[in-house]
Amino acid sequence: MAARRNPQLNAHGELIHLLSVEGLPREVLTRILDTAGTFLSVSEREVKKVPLLRGKSVFNLFFENSTRTRTTFEIAAKRLSADVFNLDISRSSTAKGESLLDTIANLSAMHADMFVVRHSESGAPHLIAQHCAPHVHVVNAGDGRHAHPTQGLLDMYTIRHYKRDFTRLSVTVVGDIVHSRVARSDIHALVTLGVPDIRAVGPKTLVPGDLAAMGVRVCHDMTEGIRDADVVIMLRLQNERMSGAMLPSASEYFKTYGLTPEKLALARPDAIVMHPGPINRGVEIDSAVADGAQSVILPQVGFGIAVRMAVMSMIAGNSA
Amino acid sequence: MKLQLDAEALYAELLVGVRNLLQPEAVLVGIWSGGAWLAERLHADLGLPGRPGVISSALHRDDFGSRGLAAASATQLPFEIEGRHIVLVDDVLYTGRTIRAVINELYDFGRPASVRLAVLVDRGGRELPIEAGFAAARIVLPPTQSLELARAEGGRLSFSLQERR
Repeated sequence: MAARRNPQLNAHGELIHLLSVEGLPREVLTRILDTAGTFLSVSEREVKKVPLLRGKSVFNLFFENSTRTRTTFEIAAKRLSADVFNLDISRSSTAKGESLLDTIANLSAMHADMFVVRHSESGAPHLIAQHCAPHVHVVNAGDGRHAHPTQGLLDMYTIRHYKRDFTRLSVTVVGDIVHSRVARSDIHALVTLGVPDIRAVGPKTLVPGDLAAMGVRVCHDMTEGIRDADVVIMLRLQNERMSGAMLPSASEYFKTYGLTPEKLALARPDAIVMHPGPINRGVEIDSAVADGAQSVILPQVGFGIAVRMAVMSMIAGNSA
Repeated sequence: MKLQLDAEALYAELLVGVRNLLQPEAVLVGIWSGGAWLAERLHADLGLPGRPGVISSALHRDDFGSRGLAAASATQLPFEIEGRHIVLVDDVLYTGRTIRAVINELYDFGRPASVRLAVLVDRGGRELPIEAGFAAARIVLPPTQSLELARAEGGRLSFSLQERR
């Protein structure tokens, strides 16, 4: 039996889909970050558009709502001159009982070139990538608890922008790690890019114990977890988790794991604070930190568009 | 085949040629990567103010569909393009497709007053109606060969001729 190839790469090791950061070699990640650097300036030009995806049809398939992520993908595709179609799938054919692969087959018949997929089920983008025509490319815009690779990549771009060298950094990820596809993508990327000290901080109910196997230090104490960190990545506390027995209350959580100026003072003086958004002020992050000098939350948004342009143009230019 | 092109000698001619092409207030823009080395050196030798521009064809190439995205290289134009006289500098002029892409890229930043082109070598084989305002050498090479400029650590330029894969 032939060795199973990573479905994201073609026989030449070039990126054809982006499904997960996991399993991508360091060279591919670095290439994406380098390419994103090229696109960053496009958004500042007189003409904020380049013709790389001219004549290509990009379908945003959001089976789970996310206006912000969908919009950044839409902006990225439009700056590459693609035609973008937003399908409100959650309210249309799926609600009428159509299967995922039938939806894809139908859209393929409309000559789609790329699918950007957000789905509540882990593995849905992977399934689509396996069943679509060879010229069609798939980008995972977040699937279940599995992965959110473009967020992971834009976080890496942000870290590299401010800190340059991954190989001497301490990076702390704080929050609901067990449910977070962002945390998962971030951790895989940090490991691949050679970050020597990765820490996961949160209550026992929200931090999986098996992270140690990936070389991640698990801390349930915020003071310990944040001390001397170069980068602090805060995760959004998903309100829906509050209803279960996982957390006592938002104010209790803020007291223990919320990022305040006092807690941030334990990190390195030049530490940066990141957050994938949307932020919950007073739940996982204090306003003084979110709006403070060390916050790079808004620059992350701009980097996110450049990273998505890089991913879309790279995969569109490579064939299966 | 022994290559008779002495890049350093041709550079001396390019310097004279570019001096003649330059209008007042004109700026040099080198095409990444070989042309950018030349523009950098010309800029210093001509005593021009500021910094020269660097421009990449990557985002406007017409072979994106077959070759994918070219290696990352960002355009940097540290001056206004609108209303400016521009002298593009490149090492080798061949099909003219790179120049077409680069002119499109330039227009993403504004409308220049004029665009001229100076190259070290014009190797013939044009596929578009594009000509250099100055070429230090004009030769004819078969399509099977590729001519590449290299820069040594000390800055010394040399040409190498390779059979295309």
